[in-house]
Amino acid sequence: MAETIKLEVTRYAPERHQAPTSQSFEVPYRKDWVVLDALNYIKDNLDGSLSYRWSCRMGICGSCGMMVNGEPKLTCATFLSKYAPGPVRVEPLRYFPVVRDLIIEMTDFMAKLRSVKPWIIREEEKPLSEGEYLQTPEQLDTYKQFSMCINCMLCYAACPVYGLDPLFSGPAAIALAQRYNLDSRDQGAEERMGILSQHAGIWGCTFVGECTRVCPKHVDPAGAIQQYKLTAAKEWFKSLLMPWGAK
Amino acid sequence: MAKKPIEPFLWGLFSAGGVVAALLIPVHLFLFGLAFPLGWLTPPGYESLRALASHPLARIYLFVLCSFSLFHWAHRFRYTLYDGLQIKHLNEVITVFCYGGALAGTAAAGYLLWGLR
Amino acid sequence: MKPGGLSGTPSHTAYHPRWYRERVSTYWWLWKWRYLKFVLRELSSVPVAYFVTLTLVQVHALSDGPQAYADFQRWMTHPVFLTLNAISFLFVLFHTVTWFNLAPRAIVVRLRGKRVPEFLIAGSNYAAWLVISAAVAWLILRS
Repeated sequence: MAETIKLEVTRYAPERHQAPTSQSFEVPYRKDWVVLDALNYIKDNLDGSLSYRWSCRMGICGSCGMMVNGEPKLTCATFLSKYAPGPVRVEPLRYFPVVRDLIIEMTDFMAKLRSVKPWIIREEEKPLSEGEYLQTPEQLDTYKQFSMCINCMLCYAACPVYGLDPLFSGPAAIALAQRYNLDSRDQGAEERMGILSQHAGIWGCTFVGECTRVCPKHVDPAGAIQQYKLTAAKEWFKSLLMPWGAK
Repeated sequence: MAKKPIEPFLWGLFSAGGVVAALLIPVHLFLFGLAFPLGWLTPPGYESLRALASHPLARIYLFVLCSFSLFHWAHRFRYTLYDGLQIKHLNEVITVFCYGGALAGTAAAGYLLWGLR
Repeated sequence: MKPGGLSGTPSHTAYHPRWYRERVSTYWWLWKWRYLKFVLRELSSVPVAYFVTLTLVQVHALSDGPQAYADFQRWMTHPVFLTLNAISFLFVLFHTVTWFNLAPRAIVVRLRGKRVPEFLIAGSNYAAWLVISAAVAWLILRS
């Protein structure tokens, strides 16, 4: 007795539609299938025009982020069995413009990542003759969690502040900035503070905490942002009380 | 020379207020707002309460409690309105209302506690 | 056909699809229980301000003499104030619990290279809360 499960998938073809609509598909229900398997089944057998992003199918590339029953999920890591008997609603990632079907426009996200200068900033580059930078496991531990981001944008889909204010840098960008701020090899913390210590940066965040909850890699961007705020506040008071101590 | 942002200070004030409010308000509100009026506990008599409250340390304590809590409210309520109303042009009005209110409350607290002798 | 005003304008525009942007509703916070919980947490600041107002009125009554203070105490027994106080108390408790539970995310303490577990930081806040509450209650009740 072949079991099936219904998927309600957002369809949007800008050359034909004014706004997105929903289309239902019956796909086989297999215990070991994930939502991505269902989407691939639809594209292979039911409707080849369905458009969506995916790549590694194992939760590391960050391509397949979509809304599943209203929650931001990696479709390659979300089992159909969790939603049985269905229906399963699959929509494009929230708070991003929709290009077609389940594909969103992510240029804004890429620009924000770039804006926080996510690279090692040195006052003076070490010459090659001096050899490599050395880092102890403890030093690595201070920023390692924030380096695990796979840029899947689920946190942006969860963040109401980003939804309300498109200028907001967002969880992943700020966590990435912290990743470099806390790196012992980096000397760019002051520069990044100048970039992020504003309303569109860390101060727009109100610690809703949804970003951390949906992150598939347990990066805890909300924690990164609150730590960043605390650092900024400490710097502010330090510069007030000890202006001569400023670098 | 970039203008030093005031946000870190305001957030620091909000955080300090949050700690003060979290630690102190429950017991105060429970005693004076519920336990004493409902007769669960015997309230202190007027003379002894006044003596306790007029002690310089008590007045400083109450001033910090009131002022910091008000600035905690100001910052948090400002962001709630900003995210809730989503209207840019009301931003200045909201800011003035919130921090102005906190300043006014702080001044009132200072005045009232100074007068409690 | 123009891109939606974001950074990173595509260089070729022979055909540019019309993106669909969904407007975020003013009532976005009602559509998910988690968002509603967040807004309630933020609104707990209002009972905080209410408590401060109440306390200042109480201080004023205390300054004005025993009759004024007796009036204040009578007001506090009024059902409207009892209700307001009860609701405020619940909100203030909500503030306290969410504050202590979230504080460890902002405060990273490292001992000998390893991070102190979050429940210890939260726990020490709760412990301080109990001790301080007991001290304040003792001071008030013994007077």
